[in-house]
Amino acid sequence: MKPLRSLFLAPAAALMIVTIAVPLAIICFYSLLTRGAYGGVERPWTTENYRLLFDPLYGAIFLRSFWIAAVATALCLVLGFPLALFIARSGSRKNLYLSLVILPFWTSFLIRTYAWMFLLRDTGLINTGLQAAGLIHTPLPMLYNDGAVILGLVYGYLPFTVLPLYATLERLDKSLLEAAADLGSPPWNTLFRVMLPLCAPGIRAGAILVFVPCLGTYLTSDLLGGSKTILIGNLVQNQFTAARDWPFGAAASLTLMAVAMALLFAVRRQGEELL
Amino acid sequence: MKRGLALYATAVYVFLHVPLLILAVFSFNASRFTVWRGFTLYWYQAAAADRELVESAMNSLIIAVGSTVLATVIGTLGAYGLWKRGSNWLAGSLYLSLVTPEIVTGVSLLAFFQWVFRFLDLRLGMHTVILAHVAFSVAYVVVVVMARLRTFDPALEEAALDLGATEWVAFRKVTLPHLAPAVAAAAMLAFTISIDDYVITSLVAGVDSQTLPMAIYALARRGVNPMLNAVSTVVIVALGAIVLFSERLRSA
Amino acid sequence: MDAILELRGVSKHFPSHRAVNGVSLEVQRGAFFSLLGPSGCGKTTMLRLIAGFETPTTGEVWLNGARIDHLPPYRRNVNTVFQSYALFPHLTVRGNVEFGLRRKGADGIEAHVERVLEQVRLTGKELRMPCDLSGGERQRVALARSLVLAPDVLLLDEPAELKDLQRRVGVTFLFVTHDQEEALSLSDRIAVMNAGVVEQVGSPQEIYQRPRTRFVASFLGTINWIDGIGVRPESTRISRERPQNGVNTRLAVVTECAFLGSVVHVAARLEGGEALVAQIPPQGPAVSPGDAVHVWWNPGDALRFSP
Repeated sequence: MKPLRSLFLAPAAALMIVTIAVPLAIICFYSLLTRGAYGGVERPWTTENYRLLFDPLYGAIFLRSFWIAAVATALCLVLGFPLALFIARSGSRKNLYLSLVILPFWTSFLIRTYAWMFLLRDTGLINTGLQAAGLIHTPLPMLYNDGAVILGLVYGYLPFTVLPLYATLERLDKSLLEAAADLGSPPWNTLFRVMLPLCAPGIRAGAILVFVPCLGTYLTSDLLGGSKTILIGNLVQNQFTAARDWPFGAAASLTLMAVAMALLFAVRRQGEELL
Repeated sequence: MKRGLALYATAVYVFLHVPLLILAVFSFNASRFTVWRGFTLYWYQAAAADRELVESAMNSLIIAVGSTVLATVIGTLGAYGLWKRGSNWLAGSLYLSLVTPEIVTGVSLLAFFQWVFRFLDLRLGMHTVILAHVAFSVAYVVVVVMARLRTFDPALEEAALDLGATEWVAFRKVTLPHLAPAVAAAAMLAFTISIDDYVITSLVAGVDSQTLPMAIYALARRGVNPMLNAVSTVVIVALGAIVLFSERLRSA
Repeated sequence: MDAILELRGVSKHFPSHRAVNGVSLEVQRGAFFSLLGPSGCGKTTMLRLIAGFETPTTGEVWLNGARIDHLPPYRRNVNTVFQSYALFPHLTVRGNVEFGLRRKGADGIEAHVERVLEQVRLTGKELRMPCDLSGGERQRVALARSLVLAPDVLLLDEPAELKDLQRRVGVTFLFVTHDQEEALSLSDRIAVMNAGVVEQVGSPQEIYQRPRTRFVASFLGTINWIDGIGVRPESTRISRERPQNGVNTRLAVVTECAFLGSVVHVAARLEGGEALVAQIPPQGPAVSPGDAVHVWWNPGDALRFSP
């Protein structure tokens, strides 16, 4: 009986070894090697690639990535909370409203980003509309800046905060809110003193689910940020393609991965199950 | 309070859906510019006549079908194996594959393939894209199938063994029918993830394996093009239909 | 009578605990044999060892003269009726009942199914799905599904309503239960288990009237412990006057009386403070709480245990 059970696991195990364990091991090695003359990697072993991450130029990219991811996460939480509350209180139509949040999320991320290019560019719908209405004469520069990147990220990852917030609000015992009101707490006070503290697990889960992919984003910053907004993701991609500095790209991706893992681990230790 | 919330929710739903709606509306616009000049299907015909777009769409379909079949089989067997006897090692690496930033998955697979090509006479192509897609979608399959297995009474399988079925027959005749809706939903999920992926695909694709997202990306980089709106509309409708259907299967 | 099922020194140790510890048992052909014990005593593990879902750590299981303890479940001619019934939800009643026959590649499946459904009175429900059946019907489908394979021993995990069925089908039943009354009323023989070991095997009468251990005595029915001697409530007598033979007498005060029609339950407290219960006939002495009484019993009715 036992060998058969292992056979069920074998294909998945083999796949994980080939596509996760070995590639990550290779990246680890590469991050400690030197860039080759024609791309590729060479000896000697060095920690120079990691030191380079603290170079002001690259350090700024990391800080900027953190900043943009943090702003996008905060916006997702603030925008997502009232929506989650609305869905949790909408009785029999809950599932419909939830599907309406999830549905655009499953349509192509690339196309959703393109939709914002279509709206925001100089000759896009918003600028043409404002010009036609006579409100502006020269197009507003809405595309290719940090704001456009943040907008794209919020648009892309809003469902990631709505779903966990909805799950905690759904379980929230309504009599607690009634008890607060009964004890003389006005609605705003109840929101900050009772509801938000009780939603802490959902807020934590939502924050991590948005922050981690935002930190590693590549497509949004590439298409909506243009060449001005270089984030960690673009840096990594660039090192592996145009710049052909694999060791440095490997060091940057491992650092990105380490940060993501540390955050996920911190949340899991709080008892949240994300998988 | 309640009305304010409803008003707010409406605004968010507008924010979520209207950009895509506008994108679709302007795919029927007779003008190349963002001014309405009447209804046309010209951009759809233009897209259908574009060799590069059609070829990349075919590539995407082949890759999506191939990787979906593999990921679904491997993921279903894996979820079942994990359910029968846990393996922290495997569950951990599946979790890792789920949370690794896309760009890191992409470059590490690229580095891996280039390293393998030192020993084997192979190049980047459809096969590397398919393998990469299987790698990142298999964890999703495991998650969906595992959720269904949690509602499965292990005594049913023991009953099958007790009545003379071997382990394999018990899996096929009793467990698999119970899992079928989840397996189908997982397959559709794997399919949508595969057909949608740009970041990883662009890193591990070869010259002859451009996918639809890669073609869309190239067009988008060159600027807005109504033909792109037409392609996007087709993709949105097709993926939307698949997702709605798979949600129905999952809740069944 | 010969043994159809035999366990020889069977133990099953799990990483966290020892579920079964050196159990030896014989089940006679055609018997209704009960494994009785509190939850967690190892009786369900015993059933799973016999069915083949677990392999013993040590010891042997013999069925019909062949050793089976290392065979997989599907190569053992025993079948289980699960506590949850474990009916396949995606198959009809017929699909469930013919499942095992198909695995065996048996001939005349239809006739077999028809006959067994008649036995459990489910004719006409062949095409129903398990979710459309009542609890009792589900149980009978679970039984039919196992019986149709003509097992050497049928293993039952706690379902009831079985006695006539067993008489009609004549199959050996091994029944696991924690319900003493059920075990006493249904069984030919009972094995009482506690903490992974069999404390006593015997007929219901033997087990009840001559329990070999304190555990068996107190697990089957109520027992009064007086000076290290066990006396059943129905053997405990109460009278106002000092009884003649006066050897086994104690003084007590009545604390509670409950008239139950055919019998009166009297609770009393001995001088030493121990509580006891007596069942006396309604025509016996009328007592009420607070009365001082003599409590006595026939020496032959007292149960003695080796320490």
